[in-house]
Amino acid sequence: MSHAISAPHGVAGGSQHDAHPTTTGIPSRKVALWTLIGSECLFFASLISTYLVYKGKSLVGPLPHTESQCMLHGHLQTCEKIFEIPLVTTGTAVLLFSSFFIVLALYGAQRGNRKMLVGWLGMTVLAGMFFVGMQVYEFQHFYHKGMGYGTNLFSSTFFTLTGFHGSHVTVGVIWLATLLVLAIRGKITPERALNLEIAALYWHFVDVVWIVIFPTVYLMR
Amino acid sequence: MATSVLDHAPAVHVEKTGIWSWITTVDHKRIGILYGTTAFLFFLMGGVEALIMRLQLMRPDNTLVSAEAFNSLFTMHGTTMIFLGVMPLSAMFFNFFIPLHIGAQDVAFPRLNAFSYWVFLLGGLFINFSFLLNAAPNAGWFGYANLTENTYSPGLNTDFWVLGLQILGIASMAAAVNFFVTIVNLRAPGMKMLRMPMFVWMSFITQILLLLAFPVITVALVFLMMDRHFGSHFFLPEGGGDPVLWQHLFWIFGHPEVYILILPAFGIVSEVLPVFSRKPLFGYTAMVFSGAFIAFLGFGVWSHHMFATGMGPFADSFFAISTMLIAVPTGVKIFNWIGTLWGGSLQFKTPLYFAIGMVAMFIIGGLSGVMHASPPADLQQTDTYFVVAHFHYVLFGGAIFGLTAGAYYWFPKMFGRLLNEGLGKLHFWLMFIGFNVTFFPMHFLGLNGMPRRVYTYPAGLNFEFWNRIQTWGSLLLGFSFLIFIYNLLKTLRGPQNAPADPWRGATLEWLIPSPPQEFNFAEVPPVNSSTPAWDLRRANGGQLPEPRRVSGAGIHLPRPSIWPLVTAVGVLGVIGSLLFTHAIHRWYFITLTGAAILFFGVYRWAFEQPFPEHHS
Repeated sequence: MSHAISAPHGVAGGSQHDAHPTTTGIPSRKVALWTLIGSECLFFASLISTYLVYKGKSLVGPLPHTESQCMLHGHLQTCEKIFEIPLVTTGTAVLLFSSFFIVLALYGAQRGNRKMLVGWLGMTVLAGMFFVGMQVYEFQHFYHKGMGYGTNLFSSTFFTLTGFHGSHVTVGVIWLATLLVLAIRGKITPERALNLEIAALYWHFVDVVWIVIFPTVYLMR
Repeated sequence: MATSVLDHAPAVHVEKTGIWSWITTVDHKRIGILYGTTAFLFFLMGGVEALIMRLQLMRPDNTLVSAEAFNSLFTMHGTTMIFLGVMPLSAMFFNFFIPLHIGAQDVAFPRLNAFSYWVFLLGGLFINFSFLLNAAPNAGWFGYANLTENTYSPGLNTDFWVLGLQILGIASMAAAVNFFVTIVNLRAPGMKMLRMPMFVWMSFITQILLLLAFPVITVALVFLMMDRHFGSHFFLPEGGGDPVLWQHLFWIFGHPEVYILILPAFGIVSEVLPVFSRKPLFGYTAMVFSGAFIAFLGFGVWSHHMFATGMGPFADSFFAISTMLIAVPTGVKIFNWIGTLWGGSLQFKTPLYFAIGMVAMFIIGGLSGVMHASPPADLQQTDTYFVVAHFHYVLFGGAIFGLTAGAYYWFPKMFGRLLNEGLGKLHFWLMFIGFNVTFFPMHFLGLNGMPRRVYTYPAGLNFEFWNRIQTWGSLLLGFSFLIFIYNLLKTLRGPQNAPADPWRGATLEWLIPSPPQEFNFAEVPPVNSSTPAWDLRRANGGQLPEPRRVSGAGIHLPRPSIWPLVTAVGVLGVIGSLLFTHAIHRWYFITLTGAAILFFGVYRWAFEQPFPEHHS
């Protein structure tokens, strides 16, 4: 860009755009992602607050942690608690491990170790897909047990909160899978590791949100 | 590094023209002009809606428009003025002047900037398209549940509103990220945070408010959309939901939103007053921190919009006190503006008229604001014309006067032509008188008990006199804008007569030719204070030579791109498709088509080389 504009150098950016010096020395795309994360905090805070405000206010079942009266096939009947904690705990563990995997992938990318990059990035994508798959299974399971989106306040707040988190994971999986294809083709060189670093930042954020959602929704009675 | 080659290169000025160059532009100045033109047209639409309402209210038992049409008029007037008028008019100045003020070549993400504009344009057209289907939103700009639920708002009216605001929210978020990063990361050497022009500071704070407030309205709108289309009961008492939750979520967004509307105008006035007083802004640091404090408190006052819901003495007291507290930083600003004028060598040009008008009108609006910070007073004033008077004094008297000051101040920089001073002053006086005649009597009507949002009133309630006066005032107000438009068109047809610095400005944009060249700065000027242009002027013995146009060879600019527009169309397709959930059986095919366009646009965007292949 303009040679007239000079500022402290020292930024190892990804694309040509990031190679331009910035005021803070931090690549602009990275600042943008942090900015987005700040904004997303309010997004999920609103969803989590609504979940908590409406906790215990459902007029009919099914309920997450207790037996309840619910309408099934037009009859009011007793139905059991709906959560399957072990399944979700497994998904949670896999998602948390994926944050570790992507750190290793980034380490590989920054040092030009393509085997390490491709391997751990592939593991991250698989872990993300496992989590999304777990959630799809869980949602279907709930649906078959008679809990649709609008069944009660619990179901609406639950599906909206975890659904939005799940869609964030899905976007992350697509993003990381794209980077995986680039990595296999050798396009993620150490100079371009920033591309992965930014995706990794997003991925960690999505993980952190789940660390809040999991205890709030699944463990807190 | 000053490139002396540039200075001596022949001044060839090749500007890309044609409609395609505007559709694919990523130049922040062009995008600013696009924002300004579009927003001004929407602003005029909102103004016509207001005038129709005023004509309807001119006499008792009037039948100019029906009650249903009146509902649409006040809903669309509010929605248009806020989301399609004042916000994008501010965005015009963000776009054009933030990069110039901080000595940058462009914003941090030029294509994202274009994307913001296209999403804004499509969202604005989408929401106004409802008029053609006779289904314009009609439940108020605040969309209170459960009035907005299917039972009470059948039809597409509220769907247009919900989905339109979601689309516009995406535009605002993208722009907010962009300007936040631009201000953090693209400042010229020496442009420390506490040397930034006050306009940049207030814009910066506005972006933070946008980033933190918009996610909340997004969530509220999602809940409402789900209630309307997918059977949930977020705001429906029959399913256990609570309509008051809507009010909380809406106003957690809505109160910061009013600062989103006013802070840019505060910034503009803080630029205009020092330049036309020939002395630096009084209390620069206090101005910065009072702005930040207003924004911070802005997240802790939302329930003063809800005193009438009966929240109990504890919540009422908390929100009353926090609201009154905001008067302190606002007062700091007003005293600093007066302190800037005090003892200055005042140059009575049109921008100064509007800036002083803004300060004066905002004081009136601020004072009535403090009045309804008190819950018992508010319970008398709420839902009456007193409130309408209050917020028009802050949003018209404040935001629009401020933005108009900016328009006169920066027009020569944007278009290389000075607006006619005589017409400008005529515009000011007609607007000032028309505004006060329209809105001041609303205080009396409100205190006499005239409710808001009524489409008519019976004779004999003592409402006739002031309503008639107000309508005449509003016609004068509308007429003043015709003079402004005449002035704009006449000037744009005239010759380029503006020097680089017609006002002896203090900030960087006045050091480059008017209008600026595509690359902004051929060399970055030194910045050693918050008034770098004045520093240079002083060092040069009072006068600055007229900057020359240079070839700009060797400066490579980002390539034009069509993908921001394609992506914006995808966004419209995905969100707009939800309009058809009840109307079309396989409505999700539209969603999937939109998603495919979105996906395609994003990928082409991501893999596009943003700069021409050129390494030097």
